[in-house]
Amino acid sequence: MEISFKQVSYTYQPNTPFEHRAINDLSMDISSGSFTAIIGHTGSGKSTLIQHLNGLLRPSSGKVNIGSYQLHAEAKLKGIKELRSKVGIVFQYPEHQLFEETVFKDIAFGPSNFGVDREEVGGRVDQALQAVQLPEELLDRSPFELSGGQMRRVAIAGVLAVQPELLVLDEPTAGLDPKGQKEMMNMFHQLHKQKGLTTILVTHSMEDALAYADHVIILNKGEKYLEGKPEDVFTRQQDLQKVQLDVPEVIQFITNVKDRFQVDLSYHGQTIKELAEELAAIVKGENRYE
Amino acid sequence: MGKNVMKFQNVWFRYGEDLPWVLQDVSFEISASEWVAVIGHNGSGKSTIAKLMNGLLFPQKGNILINGLEVNEETIWDVRKQVGMVFQNPDNQFVGTTVRDDVAFGLENRGIPREEMIRRLKSSLAAVRMEDYELQEPHRLSGGQKQRVAIAGVLAVSPQIIILDEATAMLDPNGRKEIMQTVKTVKERDDVSLVTITHDLNEVTLADRVLVMNEGKVWMEAPPKNVFAKRDELKEIGLDIPFVTKLAAELTDRNIFLKTEPLNHDELLEELWRFHLNR
Repeated sequence: MEISFKQVSYTYQPNTPFEHRAINDLSMDISSGSFTAIIGHTGSGKSTLIQHLNGLLRPSSGKVNIGSYQLHAEAKLKGIKELRSKVGIVFQYPEHQLFEETVFKDIAFGPSNFGVDREEVGGRVDQALQAVQLPEELLDRSPFELSGGQMRRVAIAGVLAVQPELLVLDEPTAGLDPKGQKEMMNMFHQLHKQKGLTTILVTHSMEDALAYADHVIILNKGEKYLEGKPEDVFTRQQDLQKVQLDVPEVIQFITNVKDRFQVDLSYHGQTIKELAEELAAIVKGENRYE
Repeated sequence: MGKNVMKFQNVWFRYGEDLPWVLQDVSFEISASEWVAVIGHNGSGKSTIAKLMNGLLFPQKGNILINGLEVNEETIWDVRKQVGMVFQNPDNQFVGTTVRDDVAFGLENRGIPREEMIRRLKSSLAAVRMEDYELQEPHRLSGGQKQRVAIAGVLAVSPQIIILDEATAMLDPNGRKEIMQTVKTVKERDDVSLVTITHDLNEVTLADRVLVMNEGKVWMEAPPKNVFAKRDELKEIGLDIPFVTKLAAELTDRNIFLKTEPLNHDELLEELWRFHLNR
């Protein structure tokens, strides 16, 4: 699903003392099938931006195109329900939105609500449960009896069961332990590839953006600050520092080595093992640049 | 390290009689002005420990002592004067209608004189960089800002022990760093003990000592360097090690022997430089 923002601004509570412009003149394009990471500080406009993607908010000015749907200030979108069936948003701490008596009912709520017939709903629930890697035995259990990580997976399954084309993830790993974080991100990456989704990941984690995204957009104070491939954006250390963002740790370390040893070492997507190999050559003096 | 300010003696806890034990025979001590990080996978009992520390929960077996005072229903109010707690979700701990009122709440409760109150209010808000938001309503703040106010509220009361229960989990990396820096400054200034319950490995490296929890038991208790040296075992119990430790281990595998276990970039670079010069 292709997305474009054209000079989009959004102001909360206009013409009141609380008026606040959260997004300012933002233009960007996200191509179909891409995995885009959106990064920015608290208050940079990330949450406001994603609420435009399924029409929870309409721009105060400018235009948002999501596939064949267009949002603008002048009029409400007629096909908004249809849009929402194609855009799945996993909000922060989605497990707080669980409400049904059983896991099955909770996952089935979305598709049923969008008018999917009963028989198909059953199949979709099974598929979604499989996608989030939960066992079938859980279907009859109350979602509230599950562990935190399982609850989150159930909530995500509910979004997947609607079979969205665009999946928006707002800090999906917050509050999970390191192992849980890794499993969750691997799961989304797999889904992205298997189902040919367009995925937007809102994150604070430079490491996740570097590991999973093919396109990075950095927001600052409601405006687009940087955009490009992760390896290009994240090596612009000075620009990132200006808005008080860190580069991923591996890139930071490589810069430190470069400064200390005066060698030509750069980030090119190497793993820790490969980096260790390069470092070993440098400190042993086998380095060809010396 | 000075005398102990907190002591867990063979503590057992479960949330109901027919439920499994969440903590099993947990014993440890925390010294005055010590910084202890508690880590463990989700469900390992970390947060239960935090709640036991200031009497939000009581153990079924064993004792918890705060400065020699046993935590029980009679003593919780004295205990809570000494143990300040910051939770993960600040929405659950706001009471004031403005940032200023919220931070002042704890001070009012303790009958701090007005002038002193104003001074503490200003300094604790400045410490978390929220001094420009004194009159804002908490619900208008972002998650990170709310958390900073919550931390200011605890700092203002200047307890002897501060517990941060995944308090930085909802902040962005920069916010995290600032909060850690703030907490560090306060720790040095007021000589408090710190207990940080966290998944953030770089936060763990700042601590004096780490308590590793696994399935309700103390799995290990040691300085960060010694804990992270057990990288394979940590992986088995669902934990990870920091980037620097991982890289150092890979270097050791390639015959780059480091004299000490580095915990940050500077330490690792220093070791590499030393190796380079002596090669």
